[in-house]
Amino acid sequence: MSEFQLSRRGLLTAGAGLAAAVTLSACSGGSPAASGGSGGAAKASAWAITGQPNEGILKKSLEAFAKRGKGTIESTFFQNDAYKQKIRTAIGAGQAPTLIYGWGGGILKGYVDAGQVVDLTSWVNEDSAWKQSFVASTWGAGTIDGKIYAVPTNNTQPVVMYYNTKLFEQAGAELPKTWDDVLHLTEVFNSKGIAPISLGGGSNWTSMMWLEYLFDRVGGPEVFANIYAGKADAWSDPSALKAYTMIQQLIDANGFVKGFQTITADSNADQALLYTDKAAMLLHGGWAYGAMKSAQPDFVVKRLKVGAFPAVTGGKGDPKNLAGNPANYWSLSAKASAAEQDIAKAWMRDGMFDDATVDAFVASGGVPVATAAKAKIASSADKDFLTFVFDSVNAAPNFQQSWDQALSATQSEAMLNNISQLFSKQIGPEQFASAMNATIGK
Amino acid sequence: MTGAHTSAGTRDTPLALLALPALVFFLIFAVAPLIGVVILSFTSWDGIGEILPNGLESWQMVLADPMTWNALGLTLATMVITWAVQTPLSILLGTFIAGQQRYRAVLAVFYFLPLLLSSAAIAIAFKALLDPNFGLGAGLNLPFLNQDWLGVELAFPVVLAVIAWQFIPFHTLLYQGGVRQIPQQLYEAASIDGASRFRQFIHITLPQLKYTIITSSTLMLVGSLTYFDLVFVMTQGGPGNATRILALDMYIRGFRANQMGAASVIAVILVVLGLGLALGVQRLGGKDKTASQLEGGV
Repeated sequence: MSEFQLSRRGLLTAGAGLAAAVTLSACSGGSPAASGGSGGAAKASAWAITGQPNEGILKKSLEAFAKRGKGTIESTFFQNDAYKQKIRTAIGAGQAPTLIYGWGGGILKGYVDAGQVVDLTSWVNEDSAWKQSFVASTWGAGTIDGKIYAVPTNNTQPVVMYYNTKLFEQAGAELPKTWDDVLHLTEVFNSKGIAPISLGGGSNWTSMMWLEYLFDRVGGPEVFANIYAGKADAWSDPSALKAYTMIQQLIDANGFVKGFQTITADSNADQALLYTDKAAMLLHGGWAYGAMKSAQPDFVVKRLKVGAFPAVTGGKGDPKNLAGNPANYWSLSAKASAAEQDIAKAWMRDGMFDDATVDAFVASGGVPVATAAKAKIASSADKDFLTFVFDSVNAAPNFQQSWDQALSATQSEAMLNNISQLFSKQIGPEQFASAMNATIGK
Repeated sequence: MTGAHTSAGTRDTPLALLALPALVFFLIFAVAPLIGVVILSFTSWDGIGEILPNGLESWQMVLADPMTWNALGLTLATMVITWAVQTPLSILLGTFIAGQQRYRAVLAVFYFLPLLLSSAAIAIAFKALLDPNFGLGAGLNLPFLNQDWLGVELAFPVVLAVIAWQFIPFHTLLYQGGVRQIPQQLYEAASIDGASRFRQFIHITLPQLKYTIITSSTLMLVGSLTYFDLVFVMTQGGPGNATRILALDMYIRGFRANQMGAASVIAVILVVLGLGLALGVQRLGGKDKTASQLEGGV
């Protein structure tokens, strides 16, 4: 077997050597940083995921950067779920782009363990003004074992409740403050023939967001922290078991829209149910605001309210706690040439959050993780939503990173699969807990 | 004697040379990966890190996992139901459009339409049509169509129905060709003997289609073993594990859970099952090469 390993490593080295040779000959103009704007400059590459507004903003930012003559970065966009597999295969095959888009956490740790991404710690720290231009808490998910491997980008995306106020008025109902309110509203809306809650359950991570919040509200952040730390039987913590039971009660009460297990979030059909007045509530990431705004601008102005996830009476979690994606992240491929890395670094320093780009994020209805955004929010057309997100993130005692990103890929896949079974009631709370306990440490 | 020997030799050498390119491709693209998969099944590999040999661990893990057996059960069900549904329908349709009447030719064109579409396109189209909130039911205002078609209970039969919709045209085409090759004299003789059209179908058409049935069945059985794309796009194996067939299970383990060792175990199981099936079905056909009654047949 060791022979086999050796031959594979030999192959990879040969491949890397070849790649380096090709890249070197491609930018045969001496030091790439000095090679100036035109023609001769090396090209770096970036892969990211499709979907407006981020896709358009990134393209514009890269175009603007290309005009500054520090090199160009070619972008390629993939659909979200497909990207997560494609990027891993590409990294494994030594074909990774210079800039690797990600979510930090467990997946990033996998790249770090395999030595596939560059340690950026000293480069980040050498420009402290630049480092401080990011919302401080967002560096966390990009830091593995005390070293920075990923730079935060895009918007901070806590998961929040979205309410269709027109349907609430129609039913004469108040926005929910507690879990009991949610259960009560389920009855109210069902009796009026309105779907209480929209959920794109076919995507599974959408259902996961409900469990993330229930874990927190019932038992506080420690419940998941124990799982993350790999403690034995952490998935069968009494608070966790209570959360599974509560979610199945909500499903039994027809809290989620009919057929929710077949609705996928990739097509934004779950959001469509909310803005076409078919469902009254939706739990979704902060990006849904921008998406709904571009799909139906009228809705976000007139019929949308957002709020924090309801409290659970007697629960330990602070209702100000958040779950979601603190940010998106860029990592640098260890296989990229020095020239490519320099271009990517130059863009991250000067282009990624330049004034125009921060403006574009705010205008699209997001709160970018750049501190410069704060001043721009107040004058934005979406200031209600943006202020809510900005204040929530700043006031949150704990911002739980999405589980499927925090955990390793193996655990994450098992979790999403079991969540799908839990939500379709193929398994009960006990079975879920024991199936998940078996994944701890993998 | 020597002369005969040399002539056989000169005939054989160029033939073997002609087979060489295909053989090389087969070795590089089929045999080599196969060996790789077998080796990987005795290792643990996350796709980007070191490949670590772990003996039988992956095999034990996969064989002890109820998910594997669920997937195997679904795959066998897919195979049996696919065959049982598609074969009779394809034979009947194939026999029907083998006739020379013009209206049959027109209908045949419509039957073949699904053959022109890619699996991904079919899956996306059906997924949209079957959406309980924005699908066909909502569009046509027919509430009975607003079922939870891809929910836990219905997802598997619905997926099988879509697969049938996609593949029946292909097998119909095979049977049409088969039926058209049956010598007309057999039917004429049977008519003179007073056999009804039903009896002609049972006693002439079906036996004469024996080899077409074997070909079509092999394609169906081995095809449904590795069926992937349509299910992947339509349901991703869900809800829960309701449509997680073996090939999909392999993909999810390998490329989502990053357990290449476990995925390779499934791959080996698939290869063994597939080869066994193909051999078994060929055996069913018997070795009696003189069985054909086609005109000019051996």
